[in-house]
Amino acid sequence: MEILDNLALGMSTALSFTNLAYCLVGVLFGTLVGVLPGLGPVATIAMLLPATFGLPPVSALIMLSGIYYGAQYGGSTTAILVNLPGESSSVVTALDGYKMALKGQAGKALATAALASFFAGTVSTVILALFAPPLAALALKFGPAEYFSLMVMGLVASVVLAHGSLLKAIGMVLLGLLLGLVGTDVNSGIPRYTFDTPELADGINFVIVAMGVFGVGEIIRNLETESSRTLIASKVTGLWPNKEDFKRIAAPTIRGTLLGSALGILPGGGAMLASFAAYSLEKKVSRNAKEFGHGAIEGVAAPEAANNAGAQTSFIPMLTLGIPSNPVMALMIGALIIQGIQPGPAIMTEQPALFWGIIASMWIGNLFLVVLNLPLVGLWAKLITVPYQLLYPAILVFCSIGVFSLNNSIYDVYLMAGFGLVGYILLKLDCEPAPMLLGFIIGPMLEEYMRRALLLSRGDYSVFVTRPISGVMLFVAVAALVVVLLPSIRHKRDEAFQEE
Amino acid sequence: MKLAFRSSKDLWSGLIFLGVGLAAVGIGQDYGMGTANRMGPAYFPTVLGTLLAVIGLVIAARALLKGGEEVGMLSWRGMIAVLGAVVIFAALIQPAGLFVALPLLILVSALGSTLFKPVPAILLAIGMTIFSSLVFIKGLGVPLRNIGIWFGG
Repeated sequence: MEILDNLALGMSTALSFTNLAYCLVGVLFGTLVGVLPGLGPVATIAMLLPATFGLPPVSALIMLSGIYYGAQYGGSTTAILVNLPGESSSVVTALDGYKMALKGQAGKALATAALASFFAGTVSTVILALFAPPLAALALKFGPAEYFSLMVMGLVASVVLAHGSLLKAIGMVLLGLLLGLVGTDVNSGIPRYTFDTPELADGINFVIVAMGVFGVGEIIRNLETESSRTLIASKVTGLWPNKEDFKRIAAPTIRGTLLGSALGILPGGGAMLASFAAYSLEKKVSRNAKEFGHGAIEGVAAPEAANNAGAQTSFIPMLTLGIPSNPVMALMIGALIIQGIQPGPAIMTEQPALFWGIIASMWIGNLFLVVLNLPLVGLWAKLITVPYQLLYPAILVFCSIGVFSLNNSIYDVYLMAGFGLVGYILLKLDCEPAPMLLGFIIGPMLEEYMRRALLLSRGDYSVFVTRPISGVMLFVAVAALVVVLLPSIRHKRDEAFQEE
Repeated sequence: MKLAFRSSKDLWSGLIFLGVGLAAVGIGQDYGMGTANRMGPAYFPTVLGTLLAVIGLVIAARALLKGGEEVGMLSWRGMIAVLGAVVIFAALIQPAGLFVALPLLILVSALGSTLFKPVPAILLAIGMTIFSSLVFIKGLGVPLRNIGIWFGG
């Protein structure tokens, strides 16, 4: 079977000593980031990107992906132990996980989270291996019109799935698309929106935007609501789930995994949406629905499985189509481009070792996380108590030096401060920054594909609708927007994001 | 109909979108529109800017009619300390060097916290400066100096 050969190739790549080491470093860093509230995977990956320039592409990507799914594990640890979700994707885990910890079942909750995540990680690795090749084969047939429509569909999905106001999310995407156009126009050589600043002639590096908004902007926002953290469940006793518990979590874990895998593939989806959706679903179908919110073990298993599955399947559109489904994937694309690899359907045939190596490393990384994190939980619990007032100045050091080292340019550091201010203001106005970053990355590609498609059709716009695949994707995009704008669905959507 | 002239979050977001959209269209006019067949550099930004301005207008209008959540207090202390620290760092890192710019980055930004205590902040500044000098300058070879040209470095 071809898939077995492919996975064998991936394993042999991922199991080399260097790559194992980078995988381990990645998941440890990820857990650390997940544990520390106020520091997310986007800012961390942006900070570490410059350090990966010297690595071989496979090692760089293996480490960066380790950070992403490692952060899901770490986030659940803080959610359970201190009721402070380290990541937005573990917000719902805190609901029941923390209640379990209060009942003296912290160990059981942590083990459930880890096992559910591991199960989900394993299944979604297989899903990734099964679904990526046919999707890439399909994508090879895409022309510029199809790519344009695919990107529009992706941006619409990211808007529909963003929480908060729909109009604001659309505005943020457009803002991002416009920001992405800053710099020299590739077709005419005319500098656009550079205000005669030579530093802007090559455009704004997306790492600066990510660090400014998700790093600096977040810090300022966090400073509004400071409080000292206390560890409630200081002693984590090794309460392994018993047979009864395993029976209770089996079905929710499987449902969470499947739901998470499906939502992860959608643009704008990924880990956070998956965990929210899985929790809502369990609350509806579970026999123990009444226990939810009071320490139901299903309420830990399902969202934890879903967020890990979602984190992993969100690699599918990135690796096969070259289109990011969330800001983390946008950074991964940036990392690949810096390495001289254009993400897209050709990766799988041109760089099979890279492609399958990343997939195999995810399963290995998940194994690392289970084996290492349960024994290390005491250490992570201690890290939670690092006071934020000592943490954020250190984060600023990494951001500032990291941004400088991108192009050895002081201008970029000022620019990061500027985006920090912009990010803070947007956060204050309840404008979600994630769709903006997606728009920023996609902007130049979208323009290029639109240009090419219209050039081929001699300026005839109907090309986007008359080509069947392109037409279907645009129809889906429009339909999704219309459906969400319907009042009844809109109400449901608001509800889904309001799980507290 | 009563208009709610309160500075709601939605009103401000709408106005920002409207402003950026109009600016993008306005500045973009110099770049040359072209035709749909051969899109000029102004074509795509004009489309985006127009859409953004329209959306901004709708958001702002709805906010005026329906009101909305108020913006709430800005965290001036955090904002000034954090952004100020980064700007000071950027201004001083080349002339004065890492040994001056980095402790200032830490200490100034640390002032943004209401839980600021001098002793831990100073210890953190010393620790991070040594760490950054060793890891970034010596280890990773980032072209920065420990002691800047002002001090003969």
